[in-house]
Amino acid sequence: MSGRRIVLTSGKGGVGKTTTTANLGAALAQRGKRVVLVDADIGLRNLDLVLGVEKRIVFDLVEVVEGRCQLRQALIKDKRFESLSILPAAQTRDKGAVSELQMAKVVEELAELCDYVLIDCPAGIEHGFRSAIAGALEAIVVTTPEVSAIRDADRVIGKLHERGVPIRLIVNRIRPEMVRNGDMMSVEDVCDILSAELLGIVPDDEEVIDTTNRGEPIVLDPNNHLAPIYDKIARRLDGELIPFTNLSAPGFFGRIMSAFKAG
Amino acid sequence: MLDFLTRFFKPERSGATAKERLRLVLLSDHLSLAPDVVESLKRDLIEVISRYCEVDVANTDVSFEQQDSAVAMLANIPILGLRNGRSTPPASPTAPPYEPPSSATPAHAALAHEPQAAADTALVTPTVETAVPADTVTSTVEPAKPKAARKRRRRRPNLSQQAPAT
Amino acid sequence: MQEMTPQNAAVAASVPKPRGRAIVVTSGKGGVGKTTTTANLGTALARTGARVVLIDADVGLRNLDIVLGLENRVRSHVLDVLEEKATLEEALVIDKRVPSLQLLAAAQTREKDEVDTAQMKALVERLRDKFDYVIIDCPAGIEAGFQNAIVGAEEAIIVCTPEVSAVRDADRVVGLLGNAMKVQLIINRIRPALVKKGKMLSVEDVNAILRLPLLGVIADEPDVIVSTNRGEPLANDDTSRTGASFRAIAGRIAGTDTSKPEIPQEPTFFEKLFGGRR
Repeated sequence: MSGRRIVLTSGKGGVGKTTTTANLGAALAQRGKRVVLVDADIGLRNLDLVLGVEKRIVFDLVEVVEGRCQLRQALIKDKRFESLSILPAAQTRDKGAVSELQMAKVVEELAELCDYVLIDCPAGIEHGFRSAIAGALEAIVVTTPEVSAIRDADRVIGKLHERGVPIRLIVNRIRPEMVRNGDMMSVEDVCDILSAELLGIVPDDEEVIDTTNRGEPIVLDPNNHLAPIYDKIARRLDGELIPFTNLSAPGFFGRIMSAFKAG
Repeated sequence: MLDFLTRFFKPERSGATAKERLRLVLLSDHLSLAPDVVESLKRDLIEVISRYCEVDVANTDVSFEQQDSAVAMLANIPILGLRNGRSTPPASPTAPPYEPPSSATPAHAALAHEPQAAADTALVTPTVETAVPADTVTSTVEPAKPKAARKRRRRRPNLSQQAPAT
Repeated sequence: MQEMTPQNAAVAASVPKPRGRAIVVTSGKGGVGKTTTTANLGTALARTGARVVLIDADVGLRNLDIVLGLENRVRSHVLDVLEEKATLEEALVIDKRVPSLQLLAAAQTREKDEVDTAQMKALVERLRDKFDYVIIDCPAGIEAGFQNAIVGAEEAIIVCTPEVSAVRDADRVVGLLGNAMKVQLIINRIRPALVKKGKMLSVEDVNAILRLPLLGVIADEPDVIVSTNRGEPLANDDTSRTGASFRAIAGRIAGTDTSKPEIPQEPTFFEKLFGGRR
């Protein structure tokens, strides 16, 4: 049975697509799923860096598409997760190097090898975006609760609807204390405006920067606050019915009194 | 000034401000992205107005403009004359006294966009003015508070229960 | 005042009028604060009396209008002007708070590859004759949108956050900008407490890689989110530290501020709130 082909996209850059792709992929792999992560951001690759495999790149997506190597040769097997592989992007080419058809073919081929193909989409809605979504049968739209991000997510959702791609939403970098003060839109506000089904809520956490600096997926550290959240999102994606975590328990944003959900 | 006073007396948290601004901006974006809807709207408008007046169809234009608290529809419909053999149009309680327009007088109707009830409430008292540039047209009615246009099924996250699997 | 005789007029005409500066604000990585920076720098420069025009080059994903709070005043956009469907005067939106600041919005429902690069360059040239500063807000990435944004510019400001991906992308962009352009750096969203703990790249770390003249360093504070919620750039807020940073950067751009950029040392609002958690 062919694996699921899911693109992670947003429109707006910098909302956490790559970090989410990396961590969601790692969480799925930790649960025993066979996962391939594809970096579709040709020319500005970062998935390799975030996962800490940047020194192990031999071949990349463009070389696969141009027939200069086999697909399997380009896949980098993660050393920490048995069933996780990465197909890196090319750094010195531009997005015109891979057509929509070529991308779709690669993704289709990968889907035969695993349970999940997660495609990390570049920012924007140009050619790179179109290629990245070409092979996908599902989409996860990542947004933050900020005006520009939501506006761009809306545009991307519109484009995905045109192609009939089912969408689920991850609201990233929510700050409970700002939401409580009314200085930030809530998850409900975001879902309301975008009319999308919620897949996950990830609070803003300064520790994420540290993990990307070191190239270590969050789920590797069971003490990291966000590890259970990515795990839950992975399980929800996989079809399990998981409630959103209540964040008001003491010791977790302990100073915030009101109940706030994430996960 | 009014903006400042409103905020002074009714301080709104920026999160709520953001949500409202987004709602309007997205409505405006969606309308620009649905030229087929705008075309149908234009056709229907011409059809209704044509029952009373002869209309210069080729030079009719319908556009949407984002204003401070609403998205307004601006329809520029040049009127060539009154329909012969038709009885005078039914008097509307808020209609201004009817003045037969001179030939090829553009009639500007500024209408508030009420997406969910576009068919029945959109046409409210079109103002007949002579040669008024589009950007000085004022609406004759207070824009009704538009409900959010929902083409997609609204999904409220049910945070207390489990999210359904796709 | 000298009488304008034909000889004087000829002399006056032969003295070249100083052309406006064309500066592109770019980064490679999305979400690092290009649009916020463009809005705030434009505002800060205009507050000193300079005539400033901001161009949103992010066709299809416009946001400069909403960050400035001018989204409901946009009637025409750049493509309308380039395709001669609207005049420049019709498309330019005057800022609500600072009249010498104007905005030329992007088209929301078009695509970036519909912009003709040569026409874009000509537009920037035309604007340089009318304004002291033409500041172009570049889209994320290095595709057609980026190419069109940089085409008219003679100077570039790279906005970079102290994160590995952002620095890497900024480095790539510097390479693509070429040697002809004057390039300077703004480091955005620094969190001093994290830097001290060694969990975030420092200003020195970033600049060791990028090696660019530093215009300024801005701390990651929540008031930026509030300001975009409201559409009110912080450069207008005299009580905001972030606003002050932008005003200082504007001063450095204009050449009126010769001080060295200050590197924030105090923990940000959130760092204070969660201080001691880890």
